[in-house]
Amino acid sequence: MLSKQKMLAAVLSTAVIAFAATTGSALAQKKYDTGASDTEIKLGNIMPYSGPASAYGVIGKIEETYFKMINEQGGINGRKITFISYDDGYSPPKAVEQARKLVESDEVLFLFGPLGTPSNSAIQKYLNSKKVPQIFVATGATKFGDYKNFPWTMGWQPAYQSEGRIYAKYLLKEKPGAKVGILYQNDDFGKDLLKGLKDGLGDKAASMIVAEESYEVTEPSIDSHIVKIKASGADVYFSMTTPKFSAQSIKKLAELEWKPLYFQSNVGASVGSVLQPAGFENSQGILSAAYAKDGADSQWDNDEGMKKFYAFLAKYAPDANKADGSVVFGYGQAQTVVQVLKQAGDNLTRENIMKQATSLKDFTPDTLLPGVKINTSATDFYPIEQLQMMRFKGKKWDLFGDTISGELSN
Amino acid sequence: MSAIQEVVTEAPAVEAVPKRAMTLGYGTSLAMLLVLILVPLFVKNFVIFQLTMLLIYALAVLALNILTGGSGQFSLGQSAFYAVGAYTSAILMEHADINYALTLPVAGLVCFIFGFLFGQPALRLSGVYLALATFALATAMPQLLKLGVFEKWTGGVQGLVVTKPDAPFGLPMSQDMWLYYFTLAVSIAIYIFSVNLLKSRSGRAFMAIRDNEIAASAMGIDVALYKTLAFGVSAGITGVAGGLGAIAVQFVAPDGYTITLAISLFLGMVVGGVGWLPGSIVGSAFIIFVPNIAEGISKGLSGAVFGVLLFLVIFLVPHGARQVAVVAQHWLGKLKNG
Amino acid sequence: MELFTNQVLAGIATGAIYACMALAVVMIYQAIDHLNFAQGEMAMFSTFISWQLMQWGIPYWGAFVLTLAISFAAGILIERLLFKPLAKAPILTNVAGFIALYAIINSVAGLIWDFTIKQYPSPFGSSPFLGSQLISTHQAGMIGITVLLLILLYLFFQFTRVGLAMRAAASVPESARLVGINTSWMIALGWGMAAAIGSIAGMMIAPVVFLEPNMMLGVLIYGFAAAVLGGLTSPFGAVIGGFLVGIFENLVGTYIPGVGNELKLPIALALIITVLVVKPAGLFGRSIVKRV
Repeated sequence: MLSKQKMLAAVLSTAVIAFAATTGSALAQKKYDTGASDTEIKLGNIMPYSGPASAYGVIGKIEETYFKMINEQGGINGRKITFISYDDGYSPPKAVEQARKLVESDEVLFLFGPLGTPSNSAIQKYLNSKKVPQIFVATGATKFGDYKNFPWTMGWQPAYQSEGRIYAKYLLKEKPGAKVGILYQNDDFGKDLLKGLKDGLGDKAASMIVAEESYEVTEPSIDSHIVKIKASGADVYFSMTTPKFSAQSIKKLAELEWKPLYFQSNVGASVGSVLQPAGFENSQGILSAAYAKDGADSQWDNDEGMKKFYAFLAKYAPDANKADGSVVFGYGQAQTVVQVLKQAGDNLTRENIMKQATSLKDFTPDTLLPGVKINTSATDFYPIEQLQMMRFKGKKWDLFGDTISGELSN
Repeated sequence: MSAIQEVVTEAPAVEAVPKRAMTLGYGTSLAMLLVLILVPLFVKNFVIFQLTMLLIYALAVLALNILTGGSGQFSLGQSAFYAVGAYTSAILMEHADINYALTLPVAGLVCFIFGFLFGQPALRLSGVYLALATFALATAMPQLLKLGVFEKWTGGVQGLVVTKPDAPFGLPMSQDMWLYYFTLAVSIAIYIFSVNLLKSRSGRAFMAIRDNEIAASAMGIDVALYKTLAFGVSAGITGVAGGLGAIAVQFVAPDGYTITLAISLFLGMVVGGVGWLPGSIVGSAFIIFVPNIAEGISKGLSGAVFGVLLFLVIFLVPHGARQVAVVAQHWLGKLKNG
Repeated sequence: MELFTNQVLAGIATGAIYACMALAVVMIYQAIDHLNFAQGEMAMFSTFISWQLMQWGIPYWGAFVLTLAISFAAGILIERLLFKPLAKAPILTNVAGFIALYAIINSVAGLIWDFTIKQYPSPFGSSPFLGSQLISTHQAGMIGITVLLLILLYLFFQFTRVGLAMRAAASVPESARLVGINTSWMIALGWGMAAAIGSIAGMMIAPVVFLEPNMMLGVLIYGFAAAVLGGLTSPFGAVIGGFLVGIFENLVGTYIPGVGNELKLPIALALIITVLVVKPAGLFGRSIVKRV
């Protein structure tokens, strides 16, 4: 037998449920999953603050600072962002531990911008099975846009393969008879870029590519590889490298007085942190492709978006190095997630976050090149897909041609 | 002998630990076991996962302890054996569809053979030279795993995703909890095996070699055989740990098995106490939790904070957890008698 | 044939980097009888100090000398503060200390100077040396400095009282103490000298690989390999070892078909180990006879 009190409670709750069912539309305005409330939105993030990839830790620090600014300005729809960022030392097992801590212990709403292909690969399956969004991962590996198998994972920057295809397109048009020599980093980044280039060259890849050399990040100097590529008789040279090696390569080619048509991957095309240390005089005529503005390139000094970026740095992160590509990257990425949260409004469920992240229309963060826009849909999990070719002249990049879309058939 | 040769009375690189002091008493062991069995019932899945990793790294540290603490050979290449074990399990599970539990003995065997073979050239080396040789192995391993030739099986730079097993017989247990108890069972079996190994004739041979190689060979011990055997056993156990690690993390990639892992395992051994098997779990706890504490204190300086904490530990207890245990035992003894 | 010559020349140029580092490795080995894993990081930090001094307007050679002095003092300080207390601890505990020191220096440098690469000037310029584009004047200068250091070290260890005392303290500490050598301070002195030589290595290497907190990571592996190949007890051997490793590695990458390029370092290391198996004390090292 139920006591009188319990009966009353049962009746009351039934009534409440019935009421809620009829007026559902009115109440549904505020919906929360774990990690969101009237006052707070919790975001999780994983970065290599220590270990071999610690150079990228800056991205996490800038994002944290950006959210601090947003919070000072009143937050998003009245809610403050709590940004919990953990260190994985670029080790996949540690990334799994940290991702689980974020989801199960800190109870974040979703993971934003975890860095690195190995780490993201390691946590992808777990997050998808838990239905926790893993959005705007900080890597250009093509596999993070596979909406059919991993509907809770999406990228942000252009896929490395897209970049490779854009170079292929340019090359086929401008120099179809080229003899191509390639230096690439022996990891997911280098191999993806190489694959994009080969796919783009299609049947001609085999006949055009005369030398392919890979290097390890632990190698102190890449001279030997360059000597070998030069000996192959190549007249087009691809440097699919990260900043330190990009600078070494530019300098070495100058020392060898070898002047092929020079393509430099976007990752290593920063004016302040690559070309300047390598010497502007050695960098003339180098080709690359970009989607974001360069923080140390004077042509953007009067650009509206970049003025905001510089003002942000001056006020909130005076120690940050604007020449560091990672600083620009973190700012743009944080701005994109803020847009997603704004769009989500009061419906802060994981499902709606994913829905909003996949319905960005012509969104342009301050740091993207004019004409480059973020567009996503339920079947397009690659936010930034456009790049523009550029050539280095004097002390800055000269953009030329239209923004090219390097869409991958996926 | 020529005049330029230097004659040195070399102190052994690893101090002698009497074999009785290498283990815990029955009472303490049982209490420890009880804690390990009960804790998962009261904590979140995420903590259970951490505890699983704790056991797995403890196994790897234990393996290194058998090699260094037992036979006096130094290794910075344990990450290589760990990687081979992990990839063996992952490849068997994903490509050959073999049950996860069956992949572990294979991983162990493959690593045993690998370690035994590696022990052959290592025989001629000692001290820093052996350190360099094992170090070379550790730096070479990620590059081997990336190699285009093996990409079909290893997944190259992208790695391999592994499926996590469910609890068998419809046991009402989460995947994490099941894997924890499974790992615990494997760990206990290996621990008992290791303790008995060190107590056996072979164990005594290991220790005789550690304490004085020349004297050991004079006593009729086949130094070459036992040294390579120590390498084999150590590699085999590390391989099983690697296999378990692959299943727990559900992913293998070259970046997970760099020299950093080998260094972590080495630190675990030092902090736990070289040659003291129960210390392995303390060392394992150190390498899992102290980096988390360090980043909690300062993100930008997490490396520095970790370094400072490590210095503190080795200043206070240069002999690791073993020293703490000895002191504790001493006080307990006094308490009982007084 | 031209490719062969070019690769050998490029190998010599890269080998100069390894040789320079190997010298510093041998120096510390002479003083403390084991390898210091933090040595590369100490060299990196010294190089950053010199860079900072130049940013403040001090000319190259001024900064060079100042950095040498600072590094020497810092080396002694590190030994006195951090490793003297560990003198009685087991060797493996000391190795753990090196790893801790490595983590601290790397992390602090990253925080102060961030991780973007910095251009580092060379006093020798970077024009082709003797008409060869493969060896620049900087690399030739670096080889010159290495050889000069080598001669100085040789003279120091063979003919000065302090040098002889240091050797004695490292190889037979007991007997050294009996003849009145302050072995504890000899070790500190060894740290100071190793730090100073390391700083020279860093300042010579930085113009080639660019200055950043992780610049020594790879160099140290090769430096160890070179020192061990040449013989840890022989500065001359270490320098030769450096050049051999540089050339070795390039030829492996160029002429072993298929995997040579991807496995250049592992194959080079395997070759070194093979050499060690045949000659356990390295090519030029003195073999050590153990007494029971």
